[in-house]
Amino acid sequence: MENLIALLVAAPLLGAVVLLLGGRRLDGTGHLLGTVLAAASFVVGAVLFADMLGKGAEERTLTSTLYSWIPVEGFQADVAFRLDQLSMTFVLLITGVGTLIHLYSIGYMEHDERRRRFFGYLNLFLAAMLLLVLADNYLLLYVGWEGVGLASYLLIGFWQHKPSAATAAKKAFLVNRVGDVGLSIAIMLMFTTFGTFAFGPVLSSVDGASEGTLTAIGLMLLLAACGKSAQVPLQSWLGDAMEGPTPVSALIHAATMVTAGVYLIVRSGAIFNAAPDAQLAVVIVGAVTLLFGAIVGCAKDDIKKALAGSTMSQIGYMVLAAGLGPIGYAFAIMHLVTHGFFKAGLFLGAGSVMHGMNDEVDMRRYGGLRRYMPVTFVTFGLGYLAIIGFPGLSGFWSKDKIIEAAFAYDDGVRGWIFGGVALLGAGITAFYMTRVMIMTFFGEKRWQPDAEGNPPHPHESPKSMTIPMIVLAFGSVFAGGFFAVGDRFVNWLAPVTEFEHPHPVISVPAITTATVVVLLAGAAVAWAMYGRRPVPVEAPRGSLLTRAARRDLYQDDVNHVVLVRGGEHLTRSLVYVDHTLVDGVVNGTAAGFGGLSGRLRRLQNGYARSYAVSMFGGAAILVAATLLMRAV
Amino acid sequence: MNPVNYLYLAALLFTIGATGVLIRRNAIVVFMCIELMLNACNLALVAFSRMHGNLDGQIIAFFTMVVAAAEVVVGLAIIVSLFRSRHSASVDDASLMKL
Amino acid sequence: MSFPILTATAVLPAVGAIATAAVPAARRTAAKWTALLFSLGTLVLAGVVLARFEPGGDRYQLTESHAWIADFGVRYELGVDGIGVVMVALTALLIPFVIAAGWNDADPLEAGSRRWRPTQGFFALILMVEAMVILSFEATDVFLFYILFEAMLIPMYFLIGGFGDRAHAGTEEHAAAQRSYAAVKFLLYNLVGGLIMLAAVIGLYVVAGSFSLSEIAAARASGELEMATTTERLLFLGFFFAFAVKAPLWPLHTWLPNAMGEATAPVAVLITAVVDKVGTFAMLRFCLQLFPEASQWATPVIVVLALVSIVYGALLAVGQRDIKRLVAYASVSHFGFIVLGIFVMTSQGQSGATLYMVNHGLSTAALMLVAGFLISRRGSRLIADYGGVQKVAPVLAGTFLIGGLATLSLPGLAPFVSEFLVLVGTFSVYPVAGIVATTGIVLAALYTLVLYQRTMTGPVKEELRAMPDLKARELAVVAPLIALLLFLGVFPKPVTEIVNPAVEHTMSDVQKQDPRPEVEAAK
Repeated sequence: MENLIALLVAAPLLGAVVLLLGGRRLDGTGHLLGTVLAAASFVVGAVLFADMLGKGAEERTLTSTLYSWIPVEGFQADVAFRLDQLSMTFVLLITGVGTLIHLYSIGYMEHDERRRRFFGYLNLFLAAMLLLVLADNYLLLYVGWEGVGLASYLLIGFWQHKPSAATAAKKAFLVNRVGDVGLSIAIMLMFTTFGTFAFGPVLSSVDGASEGTLTAIGLMLLLAACGKSAQVPLQSWLGDAMEGPTPVSALIHAATMVTAGVYLIVRSGAIFNAAPDAQLAVVIVGAVTLLFGAIVGCAKDDIKKALAGSTMSQIGYMVLAAGLGPIGYAFAIMHLVTHGFFKAGLFLGAGSVMHGMNDEVDMRRYGGLRRYMPVTFVTFGLGYLAIIGFPGLSGFWSKDKIIEAAFAYDDGVRGWIFGGVALLGAGITAFYMTRVMIMTFFGEKRWQPDAEGNPPHPHESPKSMTIPMIVLAFGSVFAGGFFAVGDRFVNWLAPVTEFEHPHPVISVPAITTATVVVLLAGAAVAWAMYGRRPVPVEAPRGSLLTRAARRDLYQDDVNHVVLVRGGEHLTRSLVYVDHTLVDGVVNGTAAGFGGLSGRLRRLQNGYARSYAVSMFGGAAILVAATLLMRAV
Repeated sequence: MNPVNYLYLAALLFTIGATGVLIRRNAIVVFMCIELMLNACNLALVAFSRMHGNLDGQIIAFFTMVVAAAEVVVGLAIIVSLFRSRHSASVDDASLMKL
Repeated sequence: MSFPILTATAVLPAVGAIATAAVPAARRTAAKWTALLFSLGTLVLAGVVLARFEPGGDRYQLTESHAWIADFGVRYELGVDGIGVVMVALTALLIPFVIAAGWNDADPLEAGSRRWRPTQGFFALILMVEAMVILSFEATDVFLFYILFEAMLIPMYFLIGGFGDRAHAGTEEHAAAQRSYAAVKFLLYNLVGGLIMLAAVIGLYVVAGSFSLSEIAAARASGELEMATTTERLLFLGFFFAFAVKAPLWPLHTWLPNAMGEATAPVAVLITAVVDKVGTFAMLRFCLQLFPEASQWATPVIVVLALVSIVYGALLAVGQRDIKRLVAYASVSHFGFIVLGIFVMTSQGQSGATLYMVNHGLSTAALMLVAGFLISRRGSRLIADYGGVQKVAPVLAGTFLIGGLATLSLPGLAPFVSEFLVLVGTFSVYPVAGIVATTGIVLAALYTLVLYQRTMTGPVKEELRAMPDLKARELAVVAPLIALLLFLGVFPKPVTEIVNPAVEHTMSDVQKQDPRPEVEAAK
């Protein structure tokens, strides 16, 4: 069974290699090959899952060492995989949702001449993401970590002829690199502290290290997670990443890659458990981001950007839960999985709407689409109910648990603060998602012709697109309940991530009631603002907060002024310094010697008689010197 | 006769030759002055030879004469070709060897 | 006596140089093939050396020793350790690519031009450089090394000054002036370094009475040869200065952008991937081995200079408008990493630095050669003259991206392994320096991706519409380099295996041990 683990990664990797090197010959069949290999990986995952279920809870971890990667004195990095319940969960999510999105892309990218390459990149992404969650040490995880970053870069910038897409891709990679510095330093700290960076040895010998070191490692891991999972302060790339094709947004920037930060924190749970300060930082980052993303999501008119804000916010929930320690790890992952279903479904729905609306993304130009796209409407609607946490659907089970756990943080003021934030976030989520729902599917038709003047003819998407949406909608409805009943999910993960029952500061039924009330209130406000009144086609100026939220709360502007402008000035002045000062010293020395020899050459005037004078003079001096020496 | 007097004469001749090299412009005259200096040296060498009672000085004087003869051959040839090309034997006119 | 294989690796390219130069002027193609065949022959010989080298064996292997200038104790002594053998292999590997990439660079300009381009000379000079560089990696006699170190400047001078990049913004006269400025700057800079080194070489002979590396090192280790602290430090500085110019280390780097910018792309690769490596290699071999105490004394300053190189080079790369100058400044940054790895004196740092030399050679060659192909198509080195190339020449853009990703040390490609080793090795003794160096990875991503974005993406520029994609010859140059980058990225063991014993020797020379981890992790 161990040998199958490598196959999980190898199948999509093979696909990527074949599709990217294959050239135009594969243009006709490439997308099928890519989809089949993604499905093959899913099948292997399912086989391993079945095998795992057949074993006792404590014996489920499989490891497989392929070879020694970097054998250097005192430094052992192996290419080794570890498949336990946590990675299994991810494997199924990644390959499952991944396969569905491959399928969806066949239809969505049908008219793109570079479809083969698109599938090559998608396969590359799957391979890297699987490597990330299967790695048995942090360095190999780092390879997957940057690998998904590369795939994300290639896919965001897939339509490279658009400068905005190329810029967004570059931005995503650069912001992620800042996070990668954190991961790099964390690994180096682990190496100097423990002499290794393999999961087993590091996580089992945490007790020996000082709390200061562990806090430093934890904070660096958090920085890494912030980059990859678009958490404040490194969140700015996610909104721009929506420049990529919609299946990419669904798979990478909603369901899987952006949750890698949560995986990293949960995987490193032992380190965080021993470093409460780092945990507090994680919780704060999660709480701030969940509000930040939610507020941004309220103001966006671009359907994908509104969903991106929502993704940020939902990952904020997960990070918050992961920061709570053993009371939250399992719920973070549970929300991650359910979110994977409904958010991927929502994005696919958005893609389906765009597909039918001449690639229009502005929700102010939608309206009344429910009659024209019934399947999209129903699946999107179920995703919508799931994400706002409507009782009984997936999001309800997972988000409610996180809110409970947040109220249980530290049994005091902190519990109230973070519980309150999580509750508030649930209300805002209901507001902005209801807004999206109403503006897209209800109300008047506000359709506008596209740039070439063609009026949109909304129509239902082809089967290859609707089937994945239906499957995901099933997950959105039932997954949460299935996981929550009898604490199934928690028990499944418990051997890997420790688990403690949370004890909230107020009773659980009260929290559940409050959650439902808050979400109904949020939805009602949205209905009052957008459902009862007609939605203007051109965005009104809006309040101060709306305008700020439209501009991502001015974070990009701050980055622009501080980093971009500042950096430009710095490099420009350094170029100047290099040219004038460093090179100036060199050229100055050269010029100095040149000037000196210019003076000296005047002595060479060409007159034989003046040379004779210097000869006689020199001879006289020599004779005088000799006589003088003799006299002394 | 006191051999030191020969040295005085040699010094006088050398000085006349050196002065001539420095102040005269005509290449032939400069050339003759150089010969004068060489011969002043020869006189001094022979005088030393006499003073010390060995032949070293005379031998060197012979060398000097041979070198002077060779020099005359090359030097006069240069002066002649110089005069042919620029119709002047002034050493100051031939001042092209400079940077 | 066994066959002198090390001498053969240097003699073969030298003979090739003469043979290439002897090809009649009209038969350019024959000259090119001669050069390529000789370089491939050298590669085969280097492969034999690599195969006969036993990683676990003696420190110096395949040694040769003959009296040369007996009065001064100068000997013709050759031998390779694990680091030397890897560098010989790298050089022999890169030269055929350089020749193949520069296949048409030395052809005559358009008919009627007065400029004369001696094709034979171009390829003969490249082979000359190869011979000298290979021999300098093998020399274990300080004087012999010094002579080669200086002599390789001569063919390099003619390669830079005589065969410039045709893509130039200015007029022909302006281009010629720039070129000769770059060549003279290169020569003078390196000669000054060499002169100071010569003084140190003579000083070493006066103190030690020998030029033989192994004799001096043995005498030092056994305590027979005592050096006064000041003497050792001065001699160390003399050697180090020359190597720092060649490497180049900040602030002695300004010749590199000029030289790489004005030279043709293959010659630029020759400079940065091959010739400059002699500098960093010599730091490992001569500075650390001959002057261990002085090396440790100078470490803090050198580490700071290396850090400045890393950050400064990267920042300047961001600010460049010329593609080739950008790559040159990126190289300054990378050489900072190599020097850092050498002087932090940990096993990881030194193994990483040696690997870095190899990987930087491969990655810069890939990026620079593709950049050269790009530049030759458009006739401009300015980034602003490009845009949207990806649309018209996807293979070119793809290989360019891979070269760029290697330059920014993406995991999975070879440079990542070496860069991470250097960072870990640094961090374990100087945490702050490790963190500063790590920020270099963000800057590397910045200059690479900005370059890629401006040249390859966006709408296609009108002048580029008819641009052809990579031709078969060009692809044959780039593909093996990329394959090697990938292979050494996922499986660097073949190189580390050879390098590790040599690094252990160096570590014992400087009497340093790796710091122990804080906690003994449970296995």
